[in-house]
Amino acid sequence: MTRLFYDLRVRAVLYQVLAVLGVVSLGWYLASNVSQKLADQNIATGFAFLGREAGFVISTSLIDYKPTDSFARALLTGVLNTIFVSTLAVVFATIIGLLVGVARLSANPLLRALAFVYVEALRNVPLLLYLFLWYGLIVTTLPPVREAIELAPHVFISNSGVTIPAMNWTPAHTKVLLALVAGAVLSLAVRRRMVATRVATGVERRVWPWVLLALLGPALVALLVFQPEITIDYPEKGRFRLTGGAHLKPEFTALLMGLTLSASAGIAETVRSGILSVNRGQWDASRSLGLDRRLALRLVVLPQALRVIIPPLTSAYLSLFKNSSLATAIGYPDLVLVTNTTMNQTGQAIEGIAIMMLVYLGISLIISLFMNWYNARVALKER
Amino acid sequence: MPSTDTAAIAPPPKPGYWQRLGKPLFGTPVNAIISLACLWLFWLAAKGAWGWMVTRAVVEGTSADCRAGSGACLPFLAAKARFMIFGVYPYEEHWRPALAMALFFVAVGISMAPRFWGRWLLALWAFVVVAGMVLIAGGVFGLRPVATTLWSGLPLSFILTAVGLALGFPLGVVLALARASKLPAIRVIAIFFIEVIRGVPLISILFMASVMLPLFMPTGMTVDKLLRAQIAIIIFAAAYIAEAVRGGLQAIPRGQYEAAGSLGLHYWQAMRLIVLPPALRIVIPPLVNISIGFFQDTTLVTIIGLLDFLSTIRTAMLDPQWVGAAVLEAYLFAATVYLVFSYGMGAYSRYLERRLRTGHD
Repeated sequence: MTRLFYDLRVRAVLYQVLAVLGVVSLGWYLASNVSQKLADQNIATGFAFLGREAGFVISTSLIDYKPTDSFARALLTGVLNTIFVSTLAVVFATIIGLLVGVARLSANPLLRALAFVYVEALRNVPLLLYLFLWYGLIVTTLPPVREAIELAPHVFISNSGVTIPAMNWTPAHTKVLLALVAGAVLSLAVRRRMVATRVATGVERRVWPWVLLALLGPALVALLVFQPEITIDYPEKGRFRLTGGAHLKPEFTALLMGLTLSASAGIAETVRSGILSVNRGQWDASRSLGLDRRLALRLVVLPQALRVIIPPLTSAYLSLFKNSSLATAIGYPDLVLVTNTTMNQTGQAIEGIAIMMLVYLGISLIISLFMNWYNARVALKER
Repeated sequence: MPSTDTAAIAPPPKPGYWQRLGKPLFGTPVNAIISLACLWLFWLAAKGAWGWMVTRAVVEGTSADCRAGSGACLPFLAAKARFMIFGVYPYEEHWRPALAMALFFVAVGISMAPRFWGRWLLALWAFVVVAGMVLIAGGVFGLRPVATTLWSGLPLSFILTAVGLALGFPLGVVLALARASKLPAIRVIAIFFIEVIRGVPLISILFMASVMLPLFMPTGMTVDKLLRAQIAIIIFAAAYIAEAVRGGLQAIPRGQYEAAGSLGLHYWQAMRLIVLPPALRIVIPPLVNISIGFFQDTTLVTIIGLLDFLSTIRTAMLDPQWVGAAVLEAYLFAATVYLVFSYGMGAYSRYLERRLRTGHD
């Protein structure tokens, strides 16, 4: 018996069985408590509430939503709001982060100092504080709409947010946009094909005209066929309010600003360490091979820097996406705020939190899968 | 006799001011434009800050003077400073959290010096935690008991961070070991736990703790609101610490594990004596960075209604007497406090990284 107990394989199985039993029994214990409590408090279970009428207003929505719509549609509105603000913030943060990251390594000490102050001021103060600060400044220090400040021609800021010119969007525009997306996919395929041919045959042919044609061709054809009218809706200042244009509410403006700035500081540090990680010798070696600065950057330095940059960039994007949940604190109707309202109205906390967590997990998973795929493409190919 | 031609072996002449400063700043037209633009920005910032904080500042008066003026509202800071720092903790007992924080800072300061790293630090921290809790909670040694609902302000932020990290750390190490385990069932459980926690925002876990945890408890048992938030933070911290520690475990060469095995050490002995000490030493800088992140993340408890530092700042600002008078002042005060602590810890982390690197590459 003791021999059996000291057998490593037996022990391995024993530990695993114990661990699984522990987890299962803990889960079972919690579940039984929950069902007891729910029965005591007469709370319904299940996801039937999703079909019922939501009955609350959502201030900002990308899709048509009215209080008479179902909870499911309300939650979808919240998910889309989360995705919308995160996507915009990712784009802006990447651009700003890239610029600031390069500025951190500039030969100019003043520019370096400026970039350093920018990064440290953003990284060392909680994002939530910045969100409250931007929101508070917009609401309390900016003038009311009647006295809106015209920041640039047709761009107004006031205590009810930012108003910018907007293009009138029609189904024809959507078709052209789809054609442009198709063109992008096509151009990638064309480029891949032509590079493969060049590698196989060794015959040098110009790639870029064909890629450009594949990229813009479908969109041009769509433009000619559907002929979308391009009219721009400029906001005008009336006596009491602004008419026309697109209106960005203070919550949205503060959230977009906060997310973009804080993520850009993280991305700047990532870019900086990526560029620093490439050995100086690589530049010298490229030069001795006869590559000019531009080619050396593109063919030698950037591929190696990307390899270092991609993994932390992935986590920067993931945390930006998760940080968009702070929207709740300033009242932008993201997934968390809508779920919270739903839980308050239905009392079904478990289902609400389960939906919220699954959506975040699902989208986080998609982002990591995409970035892992991209990382595998740029990763070191070892034999 | 060596050659007398010393000029050939002399070091190159020291670069002059132009070489060191002038050239990078104004060497090329583009650089000159960038430098002038930066100088202009610095000038604007300095002028704005000086005007706001010094020349236009409202030095004394009431909230009406602050609303009328366009500078910093110093009476607000003077009137509200203690509330912003200690929150709703009983006014005449403020010395207790202040003393607890002082103890905490001393302990942090001692722990930061690598020469003090050792077993007795654990004893020191155990003492600080117990003494701090006694001071803040009261109820013994003639101290008036103070309910957890009154714990607030900066001390609460430090409690949430310190307890979260202190309890999250052992849990995180165990999770990291489980994730590196050869036993598939244990590995799968650890991976599932870590990835789920890291895949969702902290707010959703805080909501889960504040809304769902009461449902999970047996009937008749209630968990304090502060404790619920603390549990959420511990769990969250554990998942992130586990990932950092995993990096350290992966950096230990295989030979170390095998050598430990050949000495006849069993799993826990091998981990405790051979693998973990160097692995944990490697991950100290990332752990310090995680700590900075968590200190900032504790602000999220504002959303579930706890009175942490950010929350007391906002409460002070929304006081009917002062509302709208000192938005920037209050947030700048809070931002300065966060900036000082976070930047200090960040500088320490960079110092450690440099120190740990020496002697290797």
